[in-house]
Amino acid sequence: MKLVSAGSILLLVVNACFATDDFKLSQQCPPSFEKLSDGTCELRSLYEFYNSPPGFGGLRIPLPEHQGGYTPQQIDLGRYLFFDPVLSGDSSQSCASCHQPGRSFSDGLARSIGAEGRELERAAPSLWNVGFLQSLFWDGRAKTLEEQVKGPLFSAHEMNNTREKLESTLNSIEAYSLMFSEAFPGKTDITVSEVTQALSAFQSSLISLNSRYDRYAHGDESALTEQEQVGHTVFRSFAARCSQCHTPPLFTNQQLAVTAAPEPKGKEFDVGAEKVLGIAQMRGAFKVPSLRNINLTAPYMHSGAFKDLQSVISFYNDERGHAVKGQDLQLHWHLVNPKLSKADEQALLAFLLTLDDETNKPKVPVAVPSALSVLQASPNYTAHNIN
Amino acid sequence: MNVFQKLTYKYRKLFVLLLSPVLYSFTIPILATEHVVKNGELIQDVIRKAVAGDVIKVMPGTYKETIYIDKENITLSGVIVKGERPLLDGENTRNDGILAAGHGVIIENFHIKHYKANGIMTQGANNFIIRNNIIVGTSVYGIFPQFGKNGLVSHNILSKVEDAAIYVGMCDNVDVVYNETFDSVMGIETENSHNILIEGNYMHDNAVGFVASLVPGLPIKTAKNTLVRNNFIVNNNIDNFAPPGAIAAGLPSGVGAFIFAADEARFEGNIIRNNVSAGIVFADHASFSASAPPDPAMDPRPDKGQVLKNVFVDNGTAPKDDIAALLEAAVIKRGPDVLSTGKGRKNCVQNRDSIIEAGTERWSECGAGISTADITSFQLDEPVKSAALTLEQKGRITYLSVCTGCHTYATRIVGPPIVVLQAKYADKPEALAGYIKNPVKNWPGYPEMPPQNYLPDDVLLETAKYVLQLKP
Repeated sequence: MKLVSAGSILLLVVNACFATDDFKLSQQCPPSFEKLSDGTCELRSLYEFYNSPPGFGGLRIPLPEHQGGYTPQQIDLGRYLFFDPVLSGDSSQSCASCHQPGRSFSDGLARSIGAEGRELERAAPSLWNVGFLQSLFWDGRAKTLEEQVKGPLFSAHEMNNTREKLESTLNSIEAYSLMFSEAFPGKTDITVSEVTQALSAFQSSLISLNSRYDRYAHGDESALTEQEQVGHTVFRSFAARCSQCHTPPLFTNQQLAVTAAPEPKGKEFDVGAEKVLGIAQMRGAFKVPSLRNINLTAPYMHSGAFKDLQSVISFYNDERGHAVKGQDLQLHWHLVNPKLSKADEQALLAFLLTLDDETNKPKVPVAVPSALSVLQASPNYTAHNIN
Repeated sequence: MNVFQKLTYKYRKLFVLLLSPVLYSFTIPILATEHVVKNGELIQDVIRKAVAGDVIKVMPGTYKETIYIDKENITLSGVIVKGERPLLDGENTRNDGILAAGHGVIIENFHIKHYKANGIMTQGANNFIIRNNIIVGTSVYGIFPQFGKNGLVSHNILSKVEDAAIYVGMCDNVDVVYNETFDSVMGIETENSHNILIEGNYMHDNAVGFVASLVPGLPIKTAKNTLVRNNFIVNNNIDNFAPPGAIAAGLPSGVGAFIFAADEARFEGNIIRNNVSAGIVFADHASFSASAPPDPAMDPRPDKGQVLKNVFVDNGTAPKDDIAALLEAAVIKRGPDVLSTGKGRKNCVQNRDSIIEAGTERWSECGAGISTADITSFQLDEPVKSAALTLEQKGRITYLSVCTGCHTYATRIVGPPIVVLQAKYADKPEALAGYIKNPVKNWPGYPEMPPQNYLPDDVLLETAKYVLQLKP
């Protein structure tokens, strides 16, 4: 660990001395996107070959609608903002502090660390494929990425900034003024609206749809081993019922569900979506997360109660509701005790690993316009992530 | 054309389709091969060898396995010898009998018993046919098509199923015809589906004969247009034995047909007899909310239902479960032929003076001329096809979605830049397509490229052409 840190620091120094990043915004759409004649980027995927009614899930089924319509410049500006600690109130944290590319855009923690080093209530979800999601946050309280972005930016517990301070800070950095006017032609001042658009643009460009599972779905039988294929069939079996909520191709049906996932020891019960919706039966309901890259985002559940995937499988392969006591919960009807065999459990685990795909991982900027350290805010980067 | 003629017609069309599979998918078979599986062999081993469009015949015998079908247009057909079907035996330890995700699947002539979950399930398969199977004693559903458009479930016999014997979940355009279901919690159920024909079925001795439901919390937020016609729905009075926690466990026993917040449920020509709680029940979410929380994105009321001319005999003689409690609260002694509870709008009933009603004060009389005679089937005249894309589009999409993760125009990320490829393969798209399909490591300093051989040759050729004409 020490060696890596030393290397990183060295790299920083080298960067500070020799990097000549003039913050020029990319004219090209990110991988998996096509640049349209109006200059915006549109997602392209082999799932476009298929045809079924909207909302259907399965193997060869179209994806849900993707929130796009951004230009390459907006996406690239969003990348710089995403990694810039200047977005937080005390310039100590960037979005990437909790959504680290090296940890599949999560942070490896049970609960993330917010302002002044304090632990937050919930885990940082991975951002892969968030451009498809119709609701965001664990309790689904935001309906668009733009709305979501304002949550952590202005939460006193998280990045702890204010609209006024964010706008005045960004307007005072000359490089940002130039970048924003390039990404948003005709705008003279930087406002929160452009910041949230650019951050949403970047996040919606994080596409992971080329896993071994996808190759199998598109017809490459050799992409999965026999055990992984058996695991795929356990996953979608009506004993385990994983695919009923983690519905392919996105591996989430985007609904809220009460699974009675426990809190880590000593932590108070989290009522989840009940607080947002005011519906008592939604007590303890959380949004079904996508399972893409799930292998890379331990620990698991809304507050990180499970350290690995095997623990999650064991949780679901047990009596419904067994892990939460003393709460009146209306458990989701798909929770059953599936009584999976050991071999089924192992196959299921093997299948989940086939959902790994980080081919399109974006480059971490060498430097950001605030001149603050990208690495400091993102302690888990190693040198090879930096380009 | 009656339904029977239509079935035969569809069957004939299917053979035409097998011979023109170009309409369908990635892998293009030249001719359908017929495989035969004999007792003692594994069906899955043969499916592994099969290609899209193949027919797999299974001889009588006992097969102890879970089968999955992810290829397109596979026909899995039991061979019946002197009345004996091939038996799939789950021994109460295996999960599902057959799980199919390939479009155009046909599953027929099997005897399936004792699976922990479903007998036959499809997930996301369009253009499916499930027929002439016998299914006994599965712990969730007997036959469960899910997320499918255009399908047929016919001539199956199902019993002792611990939820719905036939469950049509989030499907469009499915005919469920001429099946017999008994000794199960529900005979037939449709869930969040559209354009479903339930005709000529015999649903007897279940807890509930038929259910059309709008289940909260699912990604499909409506349930519309279920035509229930010419069925026998009789003696559905056994105790509800669904496991606790299942939505089915909340259903009152003794009900012929139960409409749970689904819109446009129509009943015509059914014989509904001796269901001791009630003939047909229309209920909103609030009336039976114990099973699932409300869904703010759904309309919780059953609207635009029509009870046309049916024969009701001896229903409601001894109401049970929640229906008994409901009637008692309303000081009604006998269960009705048609019961409405909670709020529904624009529902109507025909022949009012010949049936017993409760809770239908706000229902209107359906026009005397209303009938469903013009509907013969909800299956589509043509199968659902893949997206209508030109080869040029497919080539472009393939480059952008698959290749750009490793290749950019001018700079190296993982593989060589496109400009380098353009120099090497100028005017040779066939050679480039061949390399993409089966790459041999001949680029010093670069990692080996994975073969893209799962894409059809014509798409790979278009991809190569697209790569060669790319500009910075």
